[in-house]
Amino acid sequence: MLYAILCYNSEDAIGSWSKEQHAETMTRLHKVHEKLEKQNRIGPVARLLPTTAATTLRKGREDVVIDGPFAETKEQLLGFYIVDCASLDGAIEVARDLAKANPLTGAYEIRPVAQLHESHLPTEKKPAA
Amino acid sequence: MNDLGWIDAVVAGVRPQVMGALLRYFRDLDTAEEAFQEACLRALRTWPQNGPPRDAAAWLILVGRNAAMDDVRKRARHTELPDEAELSDLGDAEASLADRLDGEHYRDDILRLLFICCHPELPATQQIALALRIVCGLSVGQIARAFLVSEAAMEQRITRAKAKIGNAKVAFETPGAAERAERLAAVAAMLYLIFNEGYSTTLAEAEARAPLAEEAIRLVRLLLRLFPTEPEIMGLTALMLLQQSRAAARFDGDGNVILLEDQDRNLWSTSDIAEGLALIDKAMRHRRPGPYQIQAAIAALHARAECAENTDWPQIDLLYANLERLQPSPVVTLNRAVAVSKVKGPQAALDMIEPLGARLQGYFYFHGVKGALLQRLDRNDEAREAFRRAIALAHTPAEAAHIRQHLDRLSS
Repeated sequence: MLYAILCYNSEDAIGSWSKEQHAETMTRLHKVHEKLEKQNRIGPVARLLPTTAATTLRKGREDVVIDGPFAETKEQLLGFYIVDCASLDGAIEVARDLAKANPLTGAYEIRPVAQLHESHLPTEKKPAA
Repeated sequence: MNDLGWIDAVVAGVRPQVMGALLRYFRDLDTAEEAFQEACLRALRTWPQNGPPRDAAAWLILVGRNAAMDDVRKRARHTELPDEAELSDLGDAEASLADRLDGEHYRDDILRLLFICCHPELPATQQIALALRIVCGLSVGQIARAFLVSEAAMEQRITRAKAKIGNAKVAFETPGAAERAERLAAVAAMLYLIFNEGYSTTLAEAEARAPLAEEAIRLVRLLLRLFPTEPEIMGLTALMLLQQSRAAARFDGDGNVILLEDQDRNLWSTSDIAEGLALIDKAMRHRRPGPYQIQAAIAALHARAECAENTDWPQIDLLYANLERLQPSPVVTLNRAVAVSKVKGPQAALDMIEPLGARLQGYFYFHGVKGALLQRLDRNDEAREAFRRAIALAHTPAEAAHIRQHLDRLSS
C-alpha cells in the first residue's frame, strides 16, 4: 500500500535553525531515505519552498488568486514523501523515523494514496530552474 | 541532539511575536525584555522534559506577562499566580484564548517592535544594533563583533539608543492603514540596511557579518508572512535572496572580490534563486512596481543567465530606466550606465555618467566604472587617473586590490 506522509512544522522554528542544525538534520534524514531506498520503498519526495512563496487559487463564482498558503496555521505543510508500506503500522514506523531525525517540533500526517500517476517529467528536470 | 540548542531555535523563532506582545502589555522596552528573559529561563527549565508546547509563542507570552505581574503582586503581598509547570500543559481552551488575545494583534505587535527600532533620530548603525538586539535576540558580543567594535562600546551604543526611543512617543493603538503602510516602509528600509551591513563586506569580516544577512532574511520572511499581499515586501525578500544566492562566489581564495560577471555560477545557491524568482513572479502579478521589485527583477535577470554573456542587458537597461524614474539618484544612473555600456558601448555610457561627476566625485564606484569605460575607449591616461582616484577612495583593501589589477593591466 502506498502512503503519503505529509510533513508539517513551524516555519518560525525551522527558520531559526543554524546552518549546523540544518546540516545535522539533513544528514539524519538522508539516513532514513537511504534505508527506504535500499528496500525499494520510497517514491517521490518533495521539500517545498517557504509558504511565503505560495499562491492559492480559491474557487467561487469567480476564481480568486490569493497570495500565501491555503491555510494560515502555526504549523505548515512543508513537504511530503510517498512510501510503500505493508500496513498502517509500517507507515507510522516511517513517520516515527522521520520524526526522530527532526528535532522537537512538527507533525506527520499519514494518508493512504488512492492513485499515483506515473511521472512524465524529464529526468533532468530540477526544481530550482 | 543538543536539546538546548534546538529549544533555543524554537525560542528565537517566536521571539519577535513574544517581544511584540509583551511590549504592548508593558509599554516599556526594558520591562518587556525582562519579562521575556524570565519566560525563557522558565522555558529552559521545563521544556527539555516534555518538549516545547505546541504554541510556544502563547506559552512565552503568558508566562512572561505573569512573571512580570507576579513580581508586582509579590511586592504588594498578593497571592501568587499558578506556576509554569501547570501552564506548560496549557489546555486547548487556554491555548485558543491566548490565540485570540494575541492572534489579532500580533501582526501590529511585530511591526511596532520593528518600527520602534527605526526611529528617525537614531543613526542607521544604532537602528541596526537595536533591532538585532531586541528583535533578533543576538547577544551584544555577536553584534559588537559584526561591527568590529568592543563589547563595552556596543553595550553603550544600545543603551543610548534605548534611552532615545524611551523618550520618544510611540503609538500603541492599532495603527490605521496609512500609518501601517508608513511603518512598513520604514521597517523594510531598515531590514535592507541590516542585510547590506551583512553583505557588503570583505572575506575577512564575512564570518562575523554573515549573521546580519541571515537575520535580515529571517525578518523579511516574517514580515512577508504578516503582510502576504504586499508586492514591495515580496520584492525586498526576493532581492535579498537573489543577492544572498551569490554569497559563496563573491571572493576568491585570497579574499579578492570577484565581480558578478566573473563569478563561478555553479556556486550560486539554487534554492535561494528558486525562492527569489518565485517571489518576484508573485509580486509582478500585482502590477504595482516599486524600487525593491525592480532591483529584484534586475537581480533575477542575472540569476537566470547561465553565463555572463547570456545576460539580458537591454532588459536590465530598461529596468534601471524605470528605477531612475521612481527613485532618481546618481547612483542608479551609474548602475544603468554599466548596462548601457553592454548594449550601446562605452561611449554612450561615458556620456551618461559624465554629468554625475560633480555629485559622485567622492564615490569609489564612480571612478572605477569611469576608468573601465575609458580603458575600453583606449583613453589610457585618463583611465589611469580614474583608477588612481578610485583606489584612494576604496573602503576595503579588497576594493583597492581589485582596481589595482586594472591599473596593472593598463601598464603591461
